[in-house]
Amino acid sequence: MAVTRNNTLHVRVVTAERELYSGEANLVSAPGAEGRLGILPHHAALLALLGSGVLTIKLGEGEEPIFVSGGFLEVSENSVIVLADTAEHADEIDEARAEEARRRAQEALAQAASDEDRAEIEAALAREMSRLKVADIARRSGRRRISMPSSEQQ
Amino acid sequence: MPSLRDIRRRIRTTKNMAQITKAKQMVASSKMRRAQERVQQARPFAEQIRDLVSRLADASLGEVSTGTELLAKRPIHNIGFIVITPDRGLCGALPSNINRKAMSSALDLQRQVAEQGERPNLAFIAVGRKGRDFIVRTQQSLIGEFINYGDKPSLADARAIARVAVDAFVKAEVDAVYLVYAKFINTVSQQPISVQLLPVEPPAQEKNEDRKKSVDYIYEPDPATIFTALLPRYVDILVYQAMLEAVASEQSASMVAMKNATDNANELIQDLTLTYNKARQQAITTQILEVVSGAGGGA
Repeated sequence: MAVTRNNTLHVRVVTAERELYSGEANLVSAPGAEGRLGILPHHAALLALLGSGVLTIKLGEGEEPIFVSGGFLEVSENSVIVLADTAEHADEIDEARAEEARRRAQEALAQAASDEDRAEIEAALAREMSRLKVADIARRSGRRRISMPSSEQQ
Repeated sequence: MPSLRDIRRRIRTTKNMAQITKAKQMVASSKMRRAQERVQQARPFAEQIRDLVSRLADASLGEVSTGTELLAKRPIHNIGFIVITPDRGLCGALPSNINRKAMSSALDLQRQVAEQGERPNLAFIAVGRKGRDFIVRTQQSLIGEFINYGDKPSLADARAIARVAVDAFVKAEVDAVYLVYAKFINTVSQQPISVQLLPVEPPAQEKNEDRKKSVDYIYEPDPATIFTALLPRYVDILVYQAMLEAVASEQSASMVAMKNATDNANELIQDLTLTYNKARQQAITTQILEVVSGAGGGA
């Protein structure tokens, strides 16, 4: 792998249920709650809230798209830790199910009674839409995935 | 003396039982291993969250403590308990040990608070059928029940349970919530414990952590918002971990109970076989005696 080893940062993506990624990267691009975050090696210490969308980890020519929704991102001492509420590798996304969930959310939105309900459903809708988008991007880009030695244990 | 046929039948049924309990023992041991793995997998996330909570609590307690209702310490009038028990039996004394622990820690707390003033009321959230039945039987107030959570509780399950507790706490229906479950010690032992869930007590920061303290973080959006978002997740994680441990404990208790049952059955089979052989021999002896004395009488 043509990787400049001296210019990397360590990345871990974990959810409560499992660890999705643990390894080096040249760039991490994450959906912050207030806009996208691009993190290069030697980034200053940062603690941010995550929104939902695609988290991309780039290493050399390889690229790992992961769908994340909610949670935290912490950068310290050249390592990034993503604590996500939900996270899926792009190729794990069940598009049919996500589409179904999106459709249901849309229907529910039309019948939402209170503003509170509406906000919750809108959040769910946005989540499903970005989930679909992640799956779509992953399918079309066809770029090489990062081969990971030890992070694929379920 | 039971007849030979009766003994034979008993041996056969006991053997069947031993077979079944042996199978259940093996199923429980493989389920326990998987449950242990899940406990392991949940650990990195839980540790990070705990670390964040303690660090943020330290860094920004002054401005934050007012804004987060999950930290609020109030005078205690009502105490809530989340009791996590197995759904099914066949796991020895585990369910009753957990229930006893829940009751004793509830009564202890009640007495402690009563010494300082009025006697608090107790309310229970039952997770698992055994605890639900116990709480209903002892006529305690039940404010939520979650049964059939299965062998693989998900974070969503834990979140639903935590939500009930948090809602009750925020609405001041309870002023403290404790979590009672069986902690997994090792394959053969589990210990029912009771830990405080709400109000959240930020874990003490580890001593060797001074290097992280010195780092000045950029917060996005700001520490208070992040802390407010963090606390409910911390509660979810505590409940989730407790459930995972509870499942591992249940399976290990079940494994031990089934092993004892198999051992007992095998012992019984040995005893019965001995009795059977004795009876058989006696029958033969009697028959020979009859033949011999019959022959002698005829001569």
